[in-house]
Amino acid sequence: MTDFGAAFAAAFRLVVTLDANLVEIVLLSLRVSLGAVAIATLIGMPLGAIVALFRFPGRTGAVVVLNALMGLPPVVVGLIVYLLLSRAGPLGVLGLLFTPTAMVIAQVILVTPIIAALTRQVIDDLWGEYAEQLRSLGAGPAQALPTLLWDGRFTLLIAVLAGFGRASAEVGAVMIVGGNIDHVTRVMTTAIALEVSKGDLALALGLGLILIALSLGINGTAYVLKGAAQWRSV
Amino acid sequence: MLKALTRMVVAAAFVISAGSSLAADSFITVASTTSTANSGLFDDVLPLFQKKTGIEVRVVAVGTGQALKLARNGDADVLFVHHKPSEEAFVADGFGIERFDVMYNDFVIVGPMADPAGVAGMREAAAALEKVAGAQAPFASRGDDSGTHKKELGLWKTAGVDVTAQSGTWYRETGSGMGATLNTGIGMDAYILTDRGTWLSFKNRGDHKVLVEGDPVLFNQYGVILVNPEKHPHVKAELGQKFIDWVISAEGQKAIGAFKINGEQLFTPNASKGGA
Repeated sequence: MTDFGAAFAAAFRLVVTLDANLVEIVLLSLRVSLGAVAIATLIGMPLGAIVALFRFPGRTGAVVVLNALMGLPPVVVGLIVYLLLSRAGPLGVLGLLFTPTAMVIAQVILVTPIIAALTRQVIDDLWGEYAEQLRSLGAGPAQALPTLLWDGRFTLLIAVLAGFGRASAEVGAVMIVGGNIDHVTRVMTTAIALEVSKGDLALALGLGLILIALSLGINGTAYVLKGAAQWRSV
Repeated sequence: MLKALTRMVVAAAFVISAGSSLAADSFITVASTTSTANSGLFDDVLPLFQKKTGIEVRVVAVGTGQALKLARNGDADVLFVHHKPSEEAFVADGFGIERFDVMYNDFVIVGPMADPAGVAGMREAAAALEKVAGAQAPFASRGDDSGTHKKELGLWKTAGVDVTAQSGTWYRETGSGMGATLNTGIGMDAYILTDRGTWLSFKNRGDHKVLVEGDPVLFNQYGVILVNPEKHPHVKAELGQKFIDWVISAEGQKAIGAFKINGEQLFTPNASKGGA
């Protein structure tokens, strides 16, 4: 298995020489995935908290659906977004197909249920713990919502990181709606798929190592920031 | 909480706007095939065109079947594929303006060194496939409605072998692109029909080599078509036409002929000016 050695060599060479193509692809990957996660957080967290705190008909069904949507297949989401954004589709006039924006849209759809479902669980637990106390202060679910989200922020970080993990690792959706166009919509995962299809397994694996390192770096940074913030808030 | 939210909104807005500001002003989208893109031809030739005209060419490389679908939906300005009957139907249905020959390369049959079906050195492709079927040796098919897949099915028909009945036994459809099919086929010591360009630039060849080549029926003609702006008004007809004019011009044709891998020419330009 000389491919493994060659993969490390390829990854090392790309990183050390700061290969211009690699930098471009990494930056686009980060922009798309972090952008999607930011938007999904804005939608998913309040949504998850609302499902956790309010009692409404069909709530159990909503919880199950939310949990199930965590497993949305990326390639199906890609196909749906393609059909919507295609010139022949309902949103075709926007001309968004094969742009980074289209990739962000697809990933928002993939990531929002993950963040919402995990947020719901966290807030559900917190509410169970503090409901009585908050009620005695005259705070109903609506007043408790921002308090609980803020209180659970360190635990909720894992929901955001899980969302980022999904976004940065998926290839099915961004391949279809982005088109893997060189210098326009090529990201780490589609570049890896391309190198595999060219039979350059070493380079593909090398890119994979860089992607894993990148994910490690982001999770490490999040952990350190969380630690610092927790220490300050004690 | 509010502050954190605001910060996130600003970050998100920044991310999105950064995405759109990157886009060049004049570009066209070309729906083409993996075989053309994976060979490296576009990387070699397109910068010349961009330098001359300032038009950026964005290539979406998919199978011919999907490329035709993209163009039909109006998601590309120009179609650059290799299955003449489908291309002619595309024009006849009014989705394309006119089809021009651009270049050709050829298909080859690659297989394991051991060659269990004994086809090495054969020239007639259909006869070779008949032997593969007779030996029930594994054969990896694209199975994805691509130009290469359509060509392969045509050869099986000539050979008088009903492969759909054999699908899943020795005849294995990967349902994926040329490169993925080569990876899979090489992993299972199968015979594979591939275009020469992808094969020459392919790195994971294992002990496979070209066993059958040179049959005129293995010619692989590429055509280029402007998507009809009457069907899809947003099609960049003027820029797309410029690209087509250049590709079939003496200059474009020379650039295609000059593209080589390991000293081997991959595509033979054969545009006949004034229409096909």
